[in-house]
Amino acid sequence: MGFIVIEFSLDGRSGVSPYLQVVQQVRQALRLGLLRTGDQLPTVKDAVARLAINPNTVLKAYRELERDGLVAARPGVGTFVIRTLTDGSLAAHEPLRKDLRRWLAKARLAGLDDESIEALFASTFRAAQEGVA
Amino acid sequence: MIWLTWRQFRLQAAAVATVTIAFALVLAATGSRLADLATTYRDVFDHLTANDRHLFYAGIVVIAVAPVIIGVFWGAPMVARELEAGTHRLAWTQSVTRTRWLATKLGVTTLAAAAAVGLLTCAVTWWSQPLDGALSSTHGSLPSRLTPVSFAMRGIVPVGYAVFAVVLGATLGAVFRRSLPAMAVTLAVVTFVQIAVPAWIRPHLVPTAEQTVTFAREKLDGITIRDNGPGTATQLMVTIKGAAGSWVLSNQTVDAAGHATALPSWFSGCLPPPPSPGASNGPVRAQGPDKLDACFIRLNAEGYRQHVVYQPANHFWPLQWAELALYLVVSALLASCCFWWVRRRLS
Amino acid sequence: MTAVVRAEGLGKRYRRRWALSDCTLEIPAGHVTGLVGPNGAGKTTLLSLAVGLLAPTAGTIEVCGGRPAAGADQLAKVGFVAQDTPTYAGLTVGDHLRLGARLNPRWDDAVARSRVRRLGLDLEQRAGRLSGGQRAQLALTLGLAKRPELLILDEPVASLDPLARREFLQVLMEAVAEHEVSVLLSSHVVSDLERVCDHLVVLVDSKVRVEGDVESLLESHLRLTGPRRDPATLPADQHVVSASHTDRQSTFVVRTVAPVLDPSWTFGRLGLEDLVLAYLEGTRAEAPSPVMEVLG
Repeated sequence: MGFIVIEFSLDGRSGVSPYLQVVQQVRQALRLGLLRTGDQLPTVKDAVARLAINPNTVLKAYRELERDGLVAARPGVGTFVIRTLTDGSLAAHEPLRKDLRRWLAKARLAGLDDESIEALFASTFRAAQEGVA
Repeated sequence: MIWLTWRQFRLQAAAVATVTIAFALVLAATGSRLADLATTYRDVFDHLTANDRHLFYAGIVVIAVAPVIIGVFWGAPMVARELEAGTHRLAWTQSVTRTRWLATKLGVTTLAAAAAVGLLTCAVTWWSQPLDGALSSTHGSLPSRLTPVSFAMRGIVPVGYAVFAVVLGATLGAVFRRSLPAMAVTLAVVTFVQIAVPAWIRPHLVPTAEQTVTFAREKLDGITIRDNGPGTATQLMVTIKGAAGSWVLSNQTVDAAGHATALPSWFSGCLPPPPSPGASNGPVRAQGPDKLDACFIRLNAEGYRQHVVYQPANHFWPLQWAELALYLVVSALLASCCFWWVRRRLS
Repeated sequence: MTAVVRAEGLGKRYRRRWALSDCTLEIPAGHVTGLVGPNGAGKTTLLSLAVGLLAPTAGTIEVCGGRPAAGADQLAKVGFVAQDTPTYAGLTVGDHLRLGARLNPRWDDAVARSRVRRLGLDLEQRAGRLSGGQRAQLALTLGLAKRPELLILDEPVASLDPLARREFLQVLMEAVAEHEVSVLLSSHVVSDLERVCDHLVVLVDSKVRVEGDVESLLESHLRLTGPRRDPATLPADQHVVSASHTDRQSTFVVRTVAPVLDPSWTFGRLGLEDLVLAYLEGTRAEAPSPVMEVLG
């Protein structure tokens, strides 16, 4: 039986739906190694009592995590981590970061300020996503 | 539901119970002496202490006022206060139907009111029995217990008044949805009914007795002449023998055809001169075989009779039961209005 | 999906004024449903009809499969926390629990007492001396310990301060997680409902303007901003909810499931509050009605 190691918090102004925030917080904790295999997630009742949110929101988040194979529910006991996200993709981060730095330097040379850079990135990111879709 | 009713009601109930029991105890403590007096003296009223007289009148006032107070303070706020405070939204959404809610509240309160007033009226009726007995004799200086003032303060009728007042208060409270106006109107209506029923309804509850008599000494206990001064007709009132303690509803002179009429003009000549100026309004008792007797013989000869309509003393209990039944029937009708209103109109 | 509340052509008239007219809606079981609308939209009337405090003038309403307040059984199925959470001022907290126990066959005394203990309420305290938040909690405790199938709350947090509001919703949500009770609560403040509701009904002028699962409502609505254009020229799969224009710019809130392809638009998702407001504005633009004046 694991300990409950994380608590959720919600940002009402982020525009991200509460259930996604829960999912993201679990994934983040998994990525950072905060949650390990065997750890227990807060029970629905506890999470709900803490956040004053709809239980279905928490259930939906847990179901999504379950579908991704990250956690497993044991009826009557709780929800437990079965896989973490500290995987091989970390190795690829470094070279990509270098590329991005280079690109940012070019953008500044071209005279773009922070906001323009962000807008350009966001629109390109979106266009690329739509291309994939 | 009974628990909730009692929990909300217990303070008011305790207040009324305290007053009721205290008054009943005072009566109990003084009553047996009155009974002794009554066996010793024929006209017990002359031997009463000031305290006894106060208690006698207090009994009348308490029984007259108790139903009004109970109707105003128990009945009127019963539904109205819930509506005012919004607590009906709490009470009516528990697992108890509105009908049962009202039935319990109305039932418990009505029973409590009947019990309180029942105890009072028992005590007062028992206490005043020696006096009421005295009053029904011709020697008593007060009228019979059938007369409006004492009839509704004795026996079982006060219970009917109390039940009526509670149901009326509750109904008005539901209709007005405000305690204060409901209390005010309850006060007004119950008071009005206490006056209206003896005036217009009670005389007809039980068939009246009537007699048409000649002006003769052997049939009458007394003749009263009321002379209201110059310009107004002189009136005769008779007291029929054997009808002592009755409640006289009508006492008028009729002519040979049986129509109510004024005394003939010659009759004013029969009256003794006023003893002193300004004191001519008092009733004068006909005495002795004097000029007045001759006048009566002439009245009889000319076909004049005295027509008396009255409720005899032995109608006391039939009248009591009839009036109690009347109040209970009216209360039942009012209660069904109250149920209808609470179930339909308050939705 | 079974419905806990089903209304058809429901109407309620007070003397000559219709407080609710021709209202047709279904509220699914197993959800926390928010009933949102401006003041005067008929929310309280609708909820009062659902608990049987009021009887309909027109149409029908069915709650948990029966006519509201039809009998003790029906009353037992529905819990109600009325607006301003009325309690008997002269009765103590303990008396209220006893009241609940005596008047409700399914009363869960253990739940009631443990809640009262956790809230730190004194059983001997008179309800009249409780704070607004405590009174609301007491009323909620009565509603929950009744163990209803459906708990209806009318503007339960409107009069509470932010802390009491949070605590109230925490207790409510915890109970929902524990007892699987369906909840229907009304509010004119959408932000109160954002976290707790997974189903939403927007009532304007006694009509259901929009109804659905909160998550999918949020996913299917976008705010588009771009050069001025006629809403009629938008793609057919974008239903305009509200529109506003300046000389050069147009802003639309649209309901769509397809992605926005037109590169001239910037777009973003809406929060629940903005979404609801968009519907309220849309209604006002369509048909100005006296009820809507309270919003201005």
